Amino acid sequence: MQNPSSVATLHGVVKQYGRIKALEGVDLEVRPGQLLALLGPNGAGKSTSIALLLGLIRPDRGRAELWGTDPQRLRARRGIGVMLQSAQLPTTLRVGELLRLTASYYPQPRTLADSAGLAGIEDLLKRPYGKLSGGQQRRVQFALALCGRPQLLFLDEPTVGMDIEARRKLWDAIRALVADGCAVVLTTHYLEEAEALADRVAVMARGRVIHEGSVDDLRARVAVRRIRCLSMLSCEQVRSWPQVSDAEQRDRHLHIATTEAEAVVRRLLDADPGLSELEVQRAGLAEAFTELTRTADATSAPFEVEAA
Amino acid sequence: METMITTTDRQGTAPMPAARMLGAYLAEIRSECLRYLRNPGFMLPLTLFPTVFYLMFGVLMNHGHAGAARYLLASYGVFGVMGPGLFGFGVSLAIERDGGLLTLKRALPVPPAAYLLGKMVMAMVAAVVVVTLMLLLGVFAAQVKLGLANMLGFLAMGMLGVLPFCALGMFVGTLIKGQGGAGMLNLVYLPMAFLSGLWFPLSAMPSWLQKLAPVWPSYHLNAIAQRVIGLSTAPVWPHALVLLGTGIVLLALASRRLRRHG
Repeated sequence: MQNPSSVATLHGVVKQYGRIKALEGVDLEVRPGQLLALLGPNGAGKSTSIALLLGLIRPDRGRAELWGTDPQRLRARRGIGVMLQSAQLPTTLRVGELLRLTASYYPQPRTLADSAGLAGIEDLLKRPYGKLSGGQQRRVQFALALCGRPQLLFLDEPTVGMDIEARRKLWDAIRALVADGCAVVLTTHYLEEAEALADRVAVMARGRVIHEGSVDDLRARVAVRRIRCLSMLSCEQVRSWPQVSDAEQRDRHLHIATTEAEAVVRRLLDADPGLSELEVQRAGLAEAFTELTRTADATSAPFEVEAA
Repeated sequence: METMITTTDRQGTAPMPAARMLGAYLAEIRSECLRYLRNPGFMLPLTLFPTVFYLMFGVLMNHGHAGAARYLLASYGVFGVMGPGLFGFGVSLAIERDGGLLTLKRALPVPPAAYLLGKMVMAMVAAVVVVTLMLLLGVFAAQVKLGLANMLGFLAMGMLGVLPFCALGMFVGTLIKGQGGAGMLNLVYLPMAFLSGLWFPLSAMPSWLQKLAPVWPSYHLNAIAQRVIGLSTAPVWPHALVLLGTGIVLLALASRRLRRHG
């Protein structure tokens, strides 16, 4: 029943906080060497899912497992590395001291130099943690997550507070770890981050997984395409066409959303021969995501949300 | 591609050798000591309060009462020992429960109880620092005559006497989250010190307060300190037993709350 190659799993997990249902029957599977991005609006159940896999809380029903055993067992947790969304580390300890301490919990940790190199913090080792900028602290937390040579890495909003340069570097480091066989569970609000890194995406809403698959699967689930052009036509006029789901005038351009781009383009060119700067784009992950969570919100009945 | 992970078993990890396990405990203790001993915001109030009080009341305002200098050395010593237990344990726990550090430690493979053990040893080290400063003041500034046995006994009183207050601090730390912990602990610390005769001898207080005094753990540690410093001949063990019992009960209550509520 259970896939022997999975690293971490949730089986039909239900979790309630008082009267609030945080998770209503969630199945999740993390496979070795894969990056699973967990997406969803706030309150969708991402943090609860991660807390269950880390053994911080127990499911009311169902099972949470790491390598087929209870996440609360120390043995299982020795295979994981963790970067939480907010953890105030001791400010008077130096970065090198924090790394050495965290590495001491693991049986076969990386060397200090390796961990620092992977996270790009070689120049920070002697500095007290409290004197670092927010972005630097995030990189140190990343180093702490990977220093135990984990086979499963939990990264909860890892790039919040980082500049673009630092974010790119972190992405490269994550890719290197995944290429090395490490599985990663990533939660993020930056969809381009999921787009850049994820092998699989699980979208959560209202305590359920409403979609699970590759990034392309997710994009393909939403057939909307975007047309942009310079035209004499008004957006009211275009909006009245049956194939057009939405149209608006923004920064001089006409923006149209449609599921039948070809037909709309043909009609546009017929109606306005002077039309220029025509562009047609597939919806990005952001649109797909918004669309998915919107429909899940609109239809709290479960008829169409069992996707994966 | 899929043959990269061959050195480890299905659990995802290699077994942890005993030496590394011990190393993890030591690393935790070392880090906890370093982080607080380096923090002036923590060490200064804890060392200054008892030493400055003692200098004022035991030395400067004390006009040649050798007995008072001796009594206050012990009682302010006890006052100084309570601080690292209550604040080192209680405030840090309250803040770390709030700031996510405790959550991170629970998610990481930190060996069992290493987190609490680290704080406990840190409080013991800080208590020994305080007691040592008090001894130096007592001997050199207040000219209290102490034998080697008195001094060693006083150091031991500090090192072990801090433990029941660690348990009390831990219990309060599980009741309150974040910065509120410090205020709450002061509400426990200062009245308790006063009511158990650490600032003025109990004999100077109304009799009902004197009768109430044995309720407070600090009363019993003070009794032990007075004996150790040579001011009484009462046996130590009944007081030690009370402190041990109090410590165990509070530790049990606190661990239960910590397990339930995190």
